Amino acid sequence: MTLDFTIVPSYFTLLLIGSGWTIAITAAAAVLSFVVGILFAVIALYGPALVRYPIRLFAWLFMGTPLLLQLFLIYFGLIQIGIDLPAFAAGVIGLGLHFAVYNSDIIQSGIRAVDKGQYEGARTLGLSRLQTIARIIVPQAVRSVIPPIGNNMIALLKDSALVSVIGVTELTLTAQLAISKTFHPFEFYLAAAVCYYVINLGLEAGLRHLEGRVQLSR
Amino acid sequence: MLRVYPFFLAAAWVTIQLSIYTTVLGLICGSLGAAARLSRSRILRFVGAAYVSLFRGTPALIQLFILYFGGPQIGIQLDAFEAGVIGLGVNIGAYMTETIRGAIVAVDRGQSEAARTLGLSRSETMRKVILPQAARLMIRPLGVNINALIKGTALVAAISVVELTYTAQRYIGSTYKPFEMFLLAGVIYMVIIYVTGLAISWLDRRARIS
Repeated sequence: MTLDFTIVPSYFTLLLIGSGWTIAITAAAAVLSFVVGILFAVIALYGPALVRYPIRLFAWLFMGTPLLLQLFLIYFGLIQIGIDLPAFAAGVIGLGLHFAVYNSDIIQSGIRAVDKGQYEGARTLGLSRLQTIARIIVPQAVRSVIPPIGNNMIALLKDSALVSVIGVTELTLTAQLAISKTFHPFEFYLAAAVCYYVINLGLEAGLRHLEGRVQLSR
Repeated sequence: MLRVYPFFLAAAWVTIQLSIYTTVLGLICGSLGAAARLSRSRILRFVGAAYVSLFRGTPALIQLFILYFGGPQIGIQLDAFEAGVIGLGVNIGAYMTETIRGAIVAVDRGQSEAARTLGLSRSETMRKVILPQAARLMIRPLGVNINALIKGTALVAAISVVELTYTAQRYIGSTYKPFEMFLLAGVIYMVIIYVTGLAISWLDRRARIS
C-alpha cells in the first residue's frame, strides 16, 4: 500500500464535520470543567467537612487514574446502575469532570492568593459570606488563574480525541470512518492531526486574547 | 471477583514496563530536543521547536494511530507494545524537552559567564557547570511529566495492548461489576504513581544542596 494523499480532499466535508464536533465537545466540556472546578474549589476551601472530604476523595481518585479508564466507567459502567448516557453526554461529563478536578486545584491556589483584606472588607460592608465568596473572592481568583486554566483547556482539546474510543463521532472517529472506506490510515490520521493542530492554534490565539483582556491594570 | 486478580496483576506488570520504557525513551528525546532548542545552529533550533510544537499540538492518541495503523504504509511494522512505547515516548519527549530546557535556562546567567571568564570552553561550561545545576532543578518537573506519562499509558488500550485499562474494560464487560473493576485498576494505577512519586521526592531531596 503506498501513500496517496489525493483521496483526502474528497473526505474534506467529513473531516470538517468531525472538527465541528470536536470543537463542540471541547467547548461543552470546558464550560462544565470551569463551572464544576469553581464549585469544587469553593467547597474544598469553605465547605463543611461533610462535603469537603467526599470532594477531596473524588478529586484524589480522578487525579490518580487515567482519563480513558474514567470514560469507560462513565460510559460502560453507569449503565449497570441504570444510568444509560448517550456517548456524547458521557464524553462531555467524563472530560468535564476530569478537568474540573485539575481546574479546581488551580482555582484553589487562586483563591488563597486573593488578599485577605478583600474578604474582611466585603464582610464589613455588609455582604453575606456567600455573597463575598461569589462576588468578591471568586471573580478575582479566577481572573488571576486564567493562564494555567487555559493550558488545561489546550490539554482538554487534545484529550477530547479519547472520546472516539467510546464511540463519539468527533474528528478522530470521522478519520476512522474515512479509513474504513479507503484503507488509508496514514493519510487520514495525518489529516486529522493537521485539523487538531489548526484548532489548537486557534484556541491558543483565543486564550492569548482573553488573557490580554482580563489582565488587571496594575 | 477473585478470579480476575491474576489478570489485573499481569496487566499491571505490562503498564509498569510500558511506563519504564516510555520514560527512558522520553528522557532521550527530551534531552536531544532540549539540546536542539538551545543549539547555536538555527536549523537545529527550528527542528527542536517544530518537534515540540507538532507533538504537543496534536493528540497523543492520533500520534499513536499514525504510527501503529499508518506505519505499515511507510514500511514501519511494529507490534502494539512497541508502537505504544515509541508513540508515547516520542510524545512525552516533547513535553520533557520543554522541562529540561526550562531547567537549563533557569540556571543563573552569572554561572555561565563566570565559567567562560575562567577559561572554560562552551561545552565544558555546559557539562561541568550548567548541567549539574540544571539536573537538580529538573527532577521535580520531570516527575510531573512522568506522572502524566503513567496515566497516559492507558491510551495504548486503544491499540489493544493488554494493559490495565484494557483489562479493566474487558472485565467490566464480562463481570458486570464496573465499579469494582474501575476501583481495582484505579488502585493499581495509584499505587504505581504513589511509589514513583516517592522515588522522585527521594531523588529530589538527595540532589538538593542544603
